[in-house]
Amino acid sequence: MPKLNMVQAINLALKEEMKRDNSVIVIGEDVGKNGGVFRTTEGLYDEFGPERAIDTPLSESGIIGTAIGMAVYGLRPVAEIQFMGFIYSAIDQIFSHAARIRYRSRGRYTCPIVIRTPYGAGVKALELHSESTEAFFCHMPGIKVIVPSTPYHAKGLLTSAIRDPDPVIFLEPTKLYRMIKEDVPEDDYTIHLGKARIVQEGNDITIVTWGNMLHRTLQAIEGYDAEVIDLMTLHPFDEETLLNSVKKTGRVVIVHEAPKTCGLGAEISATFAEEAILYLKAPIIRVAGYDVIIPLPKLEDYYIPSIERIRKAIDETLKY
Amino acid sequence: MTEKIIESFQVKRIEILDEKGDIDESLMPSISEQNILKIYELMILARMFDQRALKLQREGRLGTYAPILGQEASQIGSAFVLNKSDWVFPSYRESGVYITIGYPLHMILQYWAGDERGLKSPIGLNILPVSIPVGTQILHAAGVAMAAKYRKEKICTVAYFGDGGTSKGDFHEGLNIAGVFKLPAVFICQNNQWAISLPREKQTAAKTLAQKAYAYGIEGLQVDGNDVFAVYKTTEYALNKAREGGGPTLIETVTYRISDHTTADDATRYRSKEEVEIWKAKDPIQRLKLFMEKRGLWSERYHKYVEDKSMSTIDEAVKTAESKELPTPPEMFSYIYEKLTPRQKKELKDF
Repeated sequence: MPKLNMVQAINLALKEEMKRDNSVIVIGEDVGKNGGVFRTTEGLYDEFGPERAIDTPLSESGIIGTAIGMAVYGLRPVAEIQFMGFIYSAIDQIFSHAARIRYRSRGRYTCPIVIRTPYGAGVKALELHSESTEAFFCHMPGIKVIVPSTPYHAKGLLTSAIRDPDPVIFLEPTKLYRMIKEDVPEDDYTIHLGKARIVQEGNDITIVTWGNMLHRTLQAIEGYDAEVIDLMTLHPFDEETLLNSVKKTGRVVIVHEAPKTCGLGAEISATFAEEAILYLKAPIIRVAGYDVIIPLPKLEDYYIPSIERIRKAIDETLKY
Repeated sequence: MTEKIIESFQVKRIEILDEKGDIDESLMPSISEQNILKIYELMILARMFDQRALKLQREGRLGTYAPILGQEASQIGSAFVLNKSDWVFPSYRESGVYITIGYPLHMILQYWAGDERGLKSPIGLNILPVSIPVGTQILHAAGVAMAAKYRKEKICTVAYFGDGGTSKGDFHEGLNIAGVFKLPAVFICQNNQWAISLPREKQTAAKTLAQKAYAYGIEGLQVDGNDVFAVYKTTEYALNKAREGGGPTLIETVTYRISDHTTADDATRYRSKEEVEIWKAKDPIQRLKLFMEKRGLWSERYHKYVEDKSMSTIDEAVKTAESKELPTPPEMFSYIYEKLTPRQKKELKDF
């Protein structure tokens, strides 16, 4: 079994799906000849040609709107937005059309599109290259939001996303692209969308997190009997796994990189308050990015939730 | 060092049928008498449907409605030449297009009465639901054209939008992509002079909307949008060109929105009666009628027959639309995703 990083795992998922199903195409800026600025689409142009690894003009709304048309016609386009900060000019297409075509046409047309984009901070990038605004998309009914945290899960989740009948926003933590190498089967496997995974079982506290923050959390919990949940599907998220864990531990810390206010942590926290408050022994604490614009590299490290902040939150909850 | 012109463009305008009902024989497309009658009948049906929709709205039986009065030649003339396998991407002001391609009239009414079920195109009709955000559907026409090209299926896509739509980013992105990939798409811009209260000259400093095509390396043509033959011929030309691999075309049909923007608008706030009167005199149906009269294709009796037939078709559609059972609350959960989410399943228990 090859050891792959996340870029290679994503590349393998795309390649395998394109081989399996000729309705799968990739479309975006620099995804063809150049193989993507992070090389996630490397080799697809040579193997499948310019009609299936489509280099588009610099045109985010154009990429998504065109991909929506292709999906409506019956293809399975995987659109790439080069960085999450550039997805904003395509939001009209995503919210006004991708999310609603099935509903608006009463199922006559569907939009099985995947929108992949590098997401999150930690790579010393330019402005708008470090966004983690997943909550915007989680608020929109009709789309699914996925964040992988390892190469293995990236491949399985992306394969599922491509085969999924609904539009999927697939957020790839840039920091993790080359951070981890692990065994990734070349065989066909999928990971169920809508299911979280318990990364580590524990009894004293539940920590809910995703993407790059999972790895910080795993470093932070040393010495604690913590249950760590990788949410993976942010929308619609796996309430059942979360609630079962909290009912066991009675304590919750939610860790995410996005700003705290109206971040997905708020929704998760409210779900615990509504569904499991009688099991709670301590207040729910969110460890999140601050309510600021994500700063440029000089201050980036102060913004991203640190191991210390996560440990402090755990200690705080354990006081009760 | 030299200075020279390295690119220039000219915009062609096509006019065939004038206000007196006379045609330029040399430009006249070959249309059978039978099809001329069909076009006339569709134009009458579309106009009467539009009038009925306004009436129903005033009676509280429809919601907000966007009338097409004055744009019948642009809509019927262009939609008439489509193949059954072509794909249509309408804006919200296209009742005439829907009617021409054979969309069930009762479903159009059902939609405007506030029921999404009216937007579920019958199988065999490749028309997308009404697009509310202006100009955004242009990109879907590019996408379907790209997909069809990849599949080697010889279809065309046709996007409809207005003069306001040409100011949107998606107009630029859509035409640009269609140009780069030489897609089999036709972009029909019905320049009806007004985007709610904004007149055409404030929409863009460009002299024509058709000329915008040249910035994308594609052909742009202007037609008299109240001249059904010019619209027919130009659309047919663009579709044939697209089918033969000649790429996309932008067609500007110069017409006029005689009615308000929608039933929620009052156009007397921003434009003069005199202007509207000038355009009323250019009426597209009147022109066709005069032409047909001269050819012996029109009589009072025939017209009465067309009106009666249209009236009974519309009556029937109203009856069918209004006899549909109301949608049930759980239906708002259908079709968000292929399957209900766990949370939706819980929410559904409210009903």
